Amino acid sequence: MALTSDDVQRLARLARIEIDAGATRDVQAKLDAIFAMIDELLSIDTAGIVPMAHAQDLMLPLREDAVTETDRHALYQQGAPSVAGGLYLVPKVIE
Amino acid sequence: MKTIGQLSEALRLREVSSVELVQDALARIAVAQPRFNAFITVDADAALAAARDADAARARGEAGALTGIPIAHKDVLMTAGMRTTCGSRMLAEFVAPYDAHVVTRLRDAGTVLVGKTNMDEFAMGSSNESSYFGPARNPWNPAHIPGGSSGGSAAAIAAALVPGTTGTDTGGSIRQPAAMCGITGIKPTYGLCSRYGLVAFASSLDTPGVFARDALGCALLLDAMAGHDARDSTSLDRPPEDRSRALRESATAKPLAGLRIGLPREYFGDGVDAAVAGAIDTALGALRALGATTVDIGLPAVKHSVPVYYVIAPAEASSNLSRFDGVRYGHRAGHYTDLADMYCRSRAEGFGAEVKRRILVGTYVLSHGYYDAYYLKAQQVRRLIAQDFARAYRDCDVIVGPTAPTAAFPIGAKTDDPVQMYLNDIFTIAANLTGSPALSIPCGCTADGLPIGLQIQGNHFEEARILNVAHRFQQATDWHLRTPPGVESAVRKGGP
Amino acid sequence: MSWEVVIGLETHAQLSTVSKIFSGASTAFGAAPNTQASAIDIALPGVLPVLNRGAVERAIRFGLAVGATINRRSVFARKNYFYPDLPKGYQISQYEIPVVQGGALTIATDAGEKTVRLTRAHLEEDAGKSLHEGLPEGLTDVSGIDLNRAGTPLLEIVSEPDMRSSAEAVAYARKLHALVMWIGICDGNMQEGSFRCDANVSVRRAGEPLGTRCEIKNLNSFRFLQQAIDYEVRRQIELIEDGGSVVQETRLYDPDRNETRPMRSKEDAQDYRYFRDPDLPPLTLDDAWIERVHAAMPELPEAMRARLVAQHGITDYDAAQLTSSRALVDYYGAAAAALPAKDAAAHKLVANWVLGEFSAARNRSDVAVAAAPVPPAQLAGLLRRIADGTLSGKMAKEVFDALWAGEAAGDDDADAIIERRGLRQVSDTGAIEALVDQVIAANSATVAEFRAGKEKAFNSLVGQVMKASKGKANPAQVNDVLRRRLEA
Repeated sequence: MALTSDDVQRLARLARIEIDAGATRDVQAKLDAIFAMIDELLSIDTAGIVPMAHAQDLMLPLREDAVTETDRHALYQQGAPSVAGGLYLVPKVIE
Repeated sequence: MKTIGQLSEALRLREVSSVELVQDALARIAVAQPRFNAFITVDADAALAAARDADAARARGEAGALTGIPIAHKDVLMTAGMRTTCGSRMLAEFVAPYDAHVVTRLRDAGTVLVGKTNMDEFAMGSSNESSYFGPARNPWNPAHIPGGSSGGSAAAIAAALVPGTTGTDTGGSIRQPAAMCGITGIKPTYGLCSRYGLVAFASSLDTPGVFARDALGCALLLDAMAGHDARDSTSLDRPPEDRSRALRESATAKPLAGLRIGLPREYFGDGVDAAVAGAIDTALGALRALGATTVDIGLPAVKHSVPVYYVIAPAEASSNLSRFDGVRYGHRAGHYTDLADMYCRSRAEGFGAEVKRRILVGTYVLSHGYYDAYYLKAQQVRRLIAQDFARAYRDCDVIVGPTAPTAAFPIGAKTDDPVQMYLNDIFTIAANLTGSPALSIPCGCTADGLPIGLQIQGNHFEEARILNVAHRFQQATDWHLRTPPGVESAVRKGGP
Repeated sequence: MSWEVVIGLETHAQLSTVSKIFSGASTAFGAAPNTQASAIDIALPGVLPVLNRGAVERAIRFGLAVGATINRRSVFARKNYFYPDLPKGYQISQYEIPVVQGGALTIATDAGEKTVRLTRAHLEEDAGKSLHEGLPEGLTDVSGIDLNRAGTPLLEIVSEPDMRSSAEAVAYARKLHALVMWIGICDGNMQEGSFRCDANVSVRRAGEPLGTRCEIKNLNSFRFLQQAIDYEVRRQIELIEDGGSVVQETRLYDPDRNETRPMRSKEDAQDYRYFRDPDLPPLTLDDAWIERVHAAMPELPEAMRARLVAQHGITDYDAAQLTSSRALVDYYGAAAAALPAKDAAAHKLVANWVLGEFSAARNRSDVAVAAAPVPPAQLAGLLRRIADGTLSGKMAKEVFDALWAGEAAGDDDADAIIERRGLRQVSDTGAIEALVDQVIAANSATVAEFRAGKEKAFNSLVGQVMKASKGKANPAQVNDVLRRRLEA
């Protein structure tokens, strides 16, 4: 499977990573090489094999419904890029 | 450089204090840092304060085996009040507001944290070259890689800076650098050590583990670090184990009598460097001499482990790294036009090329129309690989082979060819896919004097067994005691 | 050409746990920004989710209440998209295997009762809030992100597209709203966003396959739900009749303009890249737990409705009205229990008053049942005086209004008002006979008309007697005595 430069830009947009038009070709070439390696999977017969999502067959543990956290927003916001009045600030969100 | 076991004994006998050990470590780091770049952050004041506390605890009679031992954490583990960068520009200034569970456990065991070690960015790499803070270098030859992603942790021990370090292993990131740097490193069973506070790369594979000079040191660190954590839903609740007890028992003539060692055909074929193959052969001879028998086994699906890994790990990573968006912490671009532009630029600037590449691969394999073909397929092949191992462990107790197909390659040799870089992990990835424990010990060196690693894998929860095999090997050999040329001379006179 | 409207609803009910679905932070509403956003809620590097048992228990309760299948194994997935109120860059939700599957709700429509099928109900986490107004001074062109709400447990309840009008959609939403409060899994506070609906709306000509649907997001009142659907239906029909076609998209309802418009943030083709969350093994439920939840379930509205008809002797209509709300039927029950008489007449009297005067007063003052100024025991005190003939209906209404206005407080204070206002009904036969005789003597012409067969004249005479008694005579007795005297 070979990617087009449009594919690369679509992925970049989906992943919110800017890729300069000039760099697209190099990114595309390296991704193509990676997929050439990965594509070996496509020909493996896996009929009837249950996908393995995890190394261990675990049961989900549950916690009791109790408030255990206190307000630590001042600590958490110490290194935040932009805050005011306890809010994280971002460029205007348009719904 | 002494081992953790030797230092523990010296501390117990008051031949040395923790403050002296830490002062020595800090002095060594100061000398070695320009050469090996093993550390990203060193906190001398905090380390000396903790060492004084450790000595005080000892004076009160409250010391354990690890009390006062200086260690360093891979910079992917959160350390409260200390910078935690993940080797990335994204978190270059990030000060962690809490401790990872394994950090807490090792502190509670009395270890003294000296600093944070260099690593491939977000643990993505096999050479430490993707670090935003520059590559760590191999103490055996600074022109070569130390391995990765936990390269700084491995280099720090090989360079005799600290006797123990933590690492994380997602596809070989402890074992491969251990092999490259000629030290001992273990990746335990998935779920044995909590992932809480480990900045996630691939959550279903990420495994905290440890490095030390020898297997006994690893056993001591691992015992302190392992344990159930209710904050990690994949953490296992098992009774505590003393993994060093069997190691401390005195050796018999044939300490490995009855041990069946599986030799996978797939680990001994083409692609393995001749020097590596030779060293492994010699090591197998030593293991047989200790009483073990060897049996040929087949792990036919293991050859697919690299492509399986490079679907599953990037898929999980693409999602795990979405939180780095420049909103609540981390790097935010200086200039942007709107919200979407802020995201795209902050992430483009904050992440390096390899991380971006893997995010794009992961985004692709999860995207509409490709999920079944790639992601589900990879999970199916993951099961085939796990089935291979389950079958093999009916015929053998441990599986042994090379940790990596070659010794450490020169810095820059593979940076422009990601696929060649990925193939380095061909022998280590399977243990992450199955979740089983595996370790690497030094077993020889190339003509150029670069170390060669022997990988010992075991079934789930068989850490004690593989550590014992490694320990008996180390009792019969001295590869683990060798130090890189020039390293001892870097130590100030009179140090331990 | 007649158009058929097809509506399905996706409802987000915030579950009434004290802590969040994956963290120990409080879910209390209205705290200062980000003071209830824990390390997990703001997605600090390295943190991991741990599922809240209380959220699961509430999901089970819901499944049992709607007759659904409770999946013994369900799976949490990640829904990946970037938005500043979504700190991890993904929402943890159930995708392929939800905890609750199937089930149904019965709603009342003009054409009788109708069953709306449920597709599923799954657990997920709420997002934070993006604030565009009320930001600290001097900030322009920015939004403020408050993550207090992030991680609040949600049950997303998805219906089949079984509704055919906005009225049916509202009936369904109201029924669901009442149910989640009834079984105690959601506080139902729509102003605070505890219960929000997304409507999937499409139109088709009768007999044709389903049309293209639009999803209208975040409708947080029943009125907006109705208005948004009505607007959207008109828009789609006009579009098609003008030769256009409906584009599948997500739209937002603007109540100020009463219109829907496309959401800009959803313009990108969404590709959520769902995959199983590797941080959370599958949720497994054992039969014993489900059985315990089942045993602790309150009586459900339909069962209580049937029981009230059978045991209390009230009408099915009244029983249905009362059981439309847990609070209302609890009020009814408390008032009935405070009345000494336990027969059908007493229960009917209580039902009439709870559904009549009490509900009307509540609607006028827009107060919840629990906040009503007349508690059930006080209403019972009033009803006792109707039952024993002390008060006429008109007098009782006057007393009720006085109680509602807070003129007296306490259980026996209907009596205090009756005393103060001198509202005691005259039931003394001798006194009534005297009044009747006076009226007959003074109105001979009307008496003659009655005797000539004009029944209307009788009512006029009753009115005269009541007037003479200043409204205090017992009307039933007046009727009785008057007829006896006239026919003697």
